[in-house]
Amino acid sequence: MNGRWRTWLLAGLCVVVVIAAVYFPKLKRKVKTSANIAQPSEEQVRRELTTPTPTNPSDPKVKAKMYWASDEDESTLAPISVDLALSPDPVLRAKQVLNTLLAGPVNSDLRTLPPDAALLAFYLLPDGTGVADFSAALAISTPSGIQSEQLAVDSIARTLEVNVPQVKRLKILIHGQEVDTLAGHLDLTQMFVVNTKAAQPSSLSIAVPMAPAASSAPSAPSAAAKSRQPQR
Amino acid sequence: MRLPSGSFHFDPRILSVGIFAVAAVLASLASTQAQQQTAATTQQSAAPIQSPPYPTVAPPPVQRTALNIVVLDPAHGGTDPGARGAQGIRESDLVLDLTFQVRRALEAQGFQVLQTRSGNENPSFDDRSTLANAQRGAVFVTLHISSTGLPGTARVYALPEMPGRAGLGGILAWDFAQASYVTLSRKFGDAVQGQLAQRFKGSPSAVQTASVRQLRTTAAPAIAVEISSVSVQDRSDLDKMMPGVADAIARGLAAFRPSYVLPSEAGAQP
Repeated sequence: MNGRWRTWLLAGLCVVVVIAAVYFPKLKRKVKTSANIAQPSEEQVRRELTTPTPTNPSDPKVKAKMYWASDEDESTLAPISVDLALSPDPVLRAKQVLNTLLAGPVNSDLRTLPPDAALLAFYLLPDGTGVADFSAALAISTPSGIQSEQLAVDSIARTLEVNVPQVKRLKILIHGQEVDTLAGHLDLTQMFVVNTKAAQPSSLSIAVPMAPAASSAPSAPSAAAKSRQPQR
Repeated sequence: MRLPSGSFHFDPRILSVGIFAVAAVLASLASTQAQQQTAATTQQSAAPIQSPPYPTVAPPPVQRTALNIVVLDPAHGGTDPGARGAQGIRESDLVLDLTFQVRRALEAQGFQVLQTRSGNENPSFDDRSTLANAQRGAVFVTLHISSTGLPGTARVYALPEMPGRAGLGGILAWDFAQASYVTLSRKFGDAVQGQLAQRFKGSPSAVQTASVRQLRTTAAPAIAVEISSVSVQDRSDLDKMMPGVADAIARGLAAFRPSYVLPSEAGAQP
């Protein structure tokens, strides 16, 4: 009994030693690399939770055009074709293309949106207004400036225009909120015209009521509204 | 029950094995701690606190309809440094220097100049627009240094068309104050951009359109001028551009002056 107890203990500890011997170098490497690797931000963690947009392998693979910065002139956009299995559902499709856009091109110098930004939600209203809700990183990490902010918004709008024809106008939210500007310059209180041809006729009646001034100003320059103004 | 004395005999081999085991446990503890440390993120709040802003120059008593006043807007300021580059280059500081140079060039042409700020303050977008909207016969120029773009170039921006918002029954909605000035702003922008293109190679030849927030609430011909960029190696590269930019704005405005007609003058009578 006594001898057996000692043997078991010895055997158990031997096993521990062997495991430790194998595990030690691995652990050392892990600690080293995790110290070097950039810390994953909260947004990145959130992105991992939110991004896996369900892709249905049975969806037909199409050549989706992504608008990233141009190779020749980084202040302009150029389309790059990417093979994607896109859903026929416009909302799912918009999520898929925007997530691909956020993931960036092979040449990371040509990305238009910050790598830590994530798409939190996308809605499509019946009138063709797409509402894209991005994480706060889009506002924080986009370089401040008219040119850089416009490039970011344009890449979103153009990519939606060519891949999701149902989206006619685009409203960008940051973390679920309407914000004044993207990074200090570009106006996000307004809607961006995505599908130029489709949005023109209805923009008169749709865009005005959605605007912040709608509550205080007449919603459309209709004859009735005009007649209410004092004629002086 | 009494265990045989042999069971308490500590074998040195067991001791060494035990030390190993303890070391392994400690190492795994250390690794989880390290991972926790690396996972912890430092979140910086980016929202700048806006100090109570006020136009730094009192509006002038003269009220003339011809173009004679220029409202210059050095962007950012106070808690908002704008674009930041190497060697501590801050957009908010540079645009203030630029504003003083533009001011001198404009005053030499006989324009009266007002500034939305002349120190390190940060008026709100609306407060900056207010200064311009309170004038008659004014144009508005907001000055920026970008984070991106080919260094040594300059671009002028005006707002795109704002359909259906111009002149709601003769009353101008604050949020779309620029609506009836978009065409004039483009003309003004083209005049300035033409001058900039002559001086700075690689700059576009015509005005660009962008939804610049500052311009939307401004009821005057309004443009944004953006210089590239804070990414230059040395601040002096940007300083060297300033006289050229100032001259281009002054000459562009002088060229635009004859085509300046107040939209409210034309459309005031119902």
